[in-house]
Amino acid sequence: MAEYLNIFTRVQVRGPAYPGVSLPRSDEPRRGVPRFLHLAGKLGDAQIGPIYLGWLGVLSLACGFVAFEIIGLNMLASVGWDPIQFVRQLFWLALEPPAPQYGLSFPPMAEGGWWLMAGFFLTASILLWWLRVYRRARQLGMGTHVAWAFAAAIWLYLVLGFIRPILMGSWSEAVPFGIFPHLDWTAAFSIRYGNLFYNPFHALSIVFLYGSTLLFAMHGATILAVSRFGGEREIEHTLDRGTAAERAGIFWRWTMGFNATYESIHRWAWWFAVLCPLAGGIGILLTGTVVDNWYLWAVQHDFAPAYPAVFPPSADPAIAAGVVR
Amino acid sequence: MNIFLQSGLGVAGVVGAAIVLLTFERPPVETVQRGYRGTGMELVYTERALERISAANIVPEADPPVDPVGQRASEVYENVQVLGDLDAGQFIRLMAAITAWVSPEQGCNYCHNPENLASDDVYTKVVTRRMLQMTRAINTDWQTHVKETGVTCYTCHRGQPIPRQVWSTEPGRSTAMLAASAGQNVVSSSAGLTSLPYDPFTAFFRDSLPIRVNGTTPHGPNNRASIKQTEWTYGLMMHFSQATGANCTNCHNTQNFASWNDAAPTRISAWHGIRMVREINNAYIEPLTPLWAANRNGPPERGSATMSRLGPHGDALKTNCATCHQGAYKPLLGAPMLRDYPELNAVSQNPTTPRSAALAPR
Repeated sequence: MAEYLNIFTRVQVRGPAYPGVSLPRSDEPRRGVPRFLHLAGKLGDAQIGPIYLGWLGVLSLACGFVAFEIIGLNMLASVGWDPIQFVRQLFWLALEPPAPQYGLSFPPMAEGGWWLMAGFFLTASILLWWLRVYRRARQLGMGTHVAWAFAAAIWLYLVLGFIRPILMGSWSEAVPFGIFPHLDWTAAFSIRYGNLFYNPFHALSIVFLYGSTLLFAMHGATILAVSRFGGEREIEHTLDRGTAAERAGIFWRWTMGFNATYESIHRWAWWFAVLCPLAGGIGILLTGTVVDNWYLWAVQHDFAPAYPAVFPPSADPAIAAGVVR
Repeated sequence: MNIFLQSGLGVAGVVGAAIVLLTFERPPVETVQRGYRGTGMELVYTERALERISAANIVPEADPPVDPVGQRASEVYENVQVLGDLDAGQFIRLMAAITAWVSPEQGCNYCHNPENLASDDVYTKVVTRRMLQMTRAINTDWQTHVKETGVTCYTCHRGQPIPRQVWSTEPGRSTAMLAASAGQNVVSSSAGLTSLPYDPFTAFFRDSLPIRVNGTTPHGPNNRASIKQTEWTYGLMMHFSQATGANCTNCHNTQNFASWNDAAPTRISAWHGIRMVREINNAYIEPLTPLWAANRNGPPERGSATMSRLGPHGDALKTNCATCHQGAYKPLLGAPMLRDYPELNAVSQNPTTPRSAALAPR
């Protein structure tokens, strides 16, 4: 019997090319002739295409391309249009949001206007793609779980780049587009608002983040471990528990006394994954709008422990000097 | 395994090894506990970095003390403006020491006209006078930072007429219609290879823009500091870290960066250091700019055409933490050099001959 091994699928299950369920007349036709790729089959399904784009997909890709170009050309300009420096410094380059003095107004293009443009097109692209995910799921008669999970990520994205800056009254509060710059922004954000580790929603978000990876590891490992008994056919086991499901369940009952079912494990995973950006977004939204210094907030609410003093108490030298700088 | 899989694994292996080797610090890395246990208050050291720092901070042997001549330098020599109160013997000892510290290769004539040592023909002599006054000011007015250890010319110069670690205002980047880099987001060693602002020096060591960003109350309704401003402060802190070879916890309790209560006493020293550097740059170095502008490549006969005395914006080469510290937690690892040269504490702070006199053609 075929076995599913740890990293690559040794045996590829390949039926005749499947074009997908028929589409209604109002929809665009699917594009491309389905073909099989052996290497793709090692990781997932070997069949590539046909692809459905539709007007939502085309518009989304077009908006995404515009945002990508705006960001890329601005980065290229920031190294004096030198392609070698562009490649060398790519991880450092960025398109920055406007300076604080512009508030929510539309600044000159070179001072943040391009950032607003890129943000608009990227947001349009993401929202159009969300609609596409939703519509395709309905088209197939599926539930819309994928769309709502995606919406959770979009919530965090919108909080960071749109909702919170508006509440703060300044686009400068938003995230720059760039690899290292957005990471340095994250560190600066935490420092500015008194250490984000004391933000309970940040803590909750991390619980779900790490919880998701833990659940993913447990679930992936369990299914691979019982694949020799046909365990990867999860849907069938949901209705009719065969020996794979029994073994998988009993393994966890033995090791921790309680186990998920073939259906509930996916509910756990979905909620853990979705709650990560939902909780995180709430934490970001409260930062600066409601709480200015999370450490002091945590002390006020007995959330931060008090450690014994190690250093002799030192006074702020600026108070003695009479200047706070 | 087929050939694709093999070559794929090979490439993945090489890329993985490159990432591991180029990203991570090679062991052994030593940590020293600095605060309460379990709080991550640790200083991080590697043997390699410490060796490099000790090699770069060797103190030259002190010149043997000389017997006093019994006459003051101003009585023996002409035009001795700031060292006139010294004994003539001590004066010559100090002159020799300064030459060894600042211009060992160029010799006395880096500052002096060999035909008339008393003349102010060579502009560097006028600069030196002001630098001596600066050294005295650092050692007497800034003991909050330099303590009893103090500084000598060698603390910065290390045998070079221009100290190795100096800065000038970075040129802005004009990108026409497209967005400028806003003073950050390029590869820069001054930002510690982060994408943070790469010239925090102009903002904080020449100008005195606000450094503090944290609120002092949980809800802080009046704290208007922005995240961008925080990035500038962060850039300055990267400089501290690089200049002193120490991580954040050397000064801060990283639980609450702003708190003075839980901060190490080093933070107070650093606070005074910022003000000291600002005064050095604004009161002592910046006013000498016309002298360097008139002699961009140094003294006519002893200068070097490859090293400009001014930055690309025409501003003077100025100091920051690294100018003295050069990677060490204390410059020269805390060696009390000043103790061997008490002459430096006898520099007169009286106004000297106007600079324009030195600008006159020879």
